Amino acid sequence: MAYDHYLEEPGSLEIAWQSSYATQRGSGDFLSSVLEFEYGVTGWWTTELYLSGQSTLSDNTVFTGVRWENRIRPFAREHWINPVLYVEFENVNGADKSMLAVAGHDVEGEHGEPNAILREEREREFEMKLILSSQAKGWNISENIIAVKNISNAPWEFGYALGVSRPLALAASPRPCVACRENFTAGLELYGGLGDRHSFGLPNTAHYLAPSLAWSLPRGLALRVSPGFGLNSNSHRFLLRWSLAREFSGFGPALRRIFGGRP
Amino acid sequence: MKAPAFLVRAALMLFITAFCISSAGAQANSPAAPEKSKFDYQELARAPEKARNRRNPLENNTDAPAAGRKLFEKYCAECHGADAAGTGKAPSLRADEVQQATPGALFWLISNGVVRKGMPVWSRLPEPQRWQIVRFLKSLGAPEPAPQPVIN
Repeated sequence: MAYDHYLEEPGSLEIAWQSSYATQRGSGDFLSSVLEFEYGVTGWWTTELYLSGQSTLSDNTVFTGVRWENRIRPFAREHWINPVLYVEFENVNGADKSMLAVAGHDVEGEHGEPNAILREEREREFEMKLILSSQAKGWNISENIIAVKNISNAPWEFGYALGVSRPLALAASPRPCVACRENFTAGLELYGGLGDRHSFGLPNTAHYLAPSLAWSLPRGLALRVSPGFGLNSNSHRFLLRWSLAREFSGFGPALRRIFGGRP
Repeated sequence: MKAPAFLVRAALMLFITAFCISSAGAQANSPAAPEKSKFDYQELARAPEKARNRRNPLENNTDAPAAGRKLFEKYCAECHGADAAGTGKAPSLRADEVQQATPGALFWLISNGVVRKGMPVWSRLPEPQRWQIVRFLKSLGAPEPAPQPVIN
């Protein structure tokens, strides 16, 4: 999915459950799930820990590994294009199907083997993104350029994610409301792989087009649904993502109070 | 195999360290008195002239202060306090510096945040919502209505 340039508020913790259901030709469909802990360290640095697993129909359920992600905003002020630097280290096994980013030659066929075989493979990778994001007239336009390097002797892999989104209403209503248009944001994402250093380009890569709808609920809850459609024969035909997130504002100061520090 | 396992442990340690750094930084910079918050209103003076001179397009919208209050409670009250009088984390928005600032300067500050001092960028909110917040903030400085004389 495409990141924009907005970071977690300092001291806030967001816990999110994100799941993806994908159809799989030649094997069982699967449901992957990711538990995310996102914390705003400062106004310019957000760090995030992911725990991921998946269940494959007619196979089993496996824990697939951890990711640690950091997003850093180099410029203090808003610009026409706002860059954010993204660095992630992931330690997952080959059964990981969370597809948080599609890069290189990540294609549907890789997910078709039984979990017992897939989990034998260990993937330790650094993933870097240049996130470019703009805000204009209520629209957010984001471009993510992705580079992934396995720490083994594997070539650099590349990918992209593009996103555009807009709230359904730009002005807020004066009365409290849950289902009013200002609380909904609709978007469209396009993401996929761009091959690797030896075979850069579109051949043998997967690409997806995914509309999305996000709903901001009271008490810091947010719900997001995004059906994705594979754009070529290397892609899963259908991918349904949904997530539920809860933000705990002031988590950091509250924790400091517990341990006797000043808020 | 040992080196990657070490990397995982190092990553977890760094995650914890990041939290500790933020804790230490906040403790070092969060005095109890709101007026001594890290943010000291100087940022308002840094608004470019063009931004300062922008007029609030919702100046005459009667719903704007109420909508702005709702947005303030959702996004701003956590740091600035439910009554906007400030907390140890962020300053009072009832202060003269804020009330005397132009709507354009407040809009500029909300849009750009004070990222290095912990105030997030709020350009994620559509422009009309930011102007609604400005209307609400300006309404905080409105003089209290004079008490009605008691007629016996």
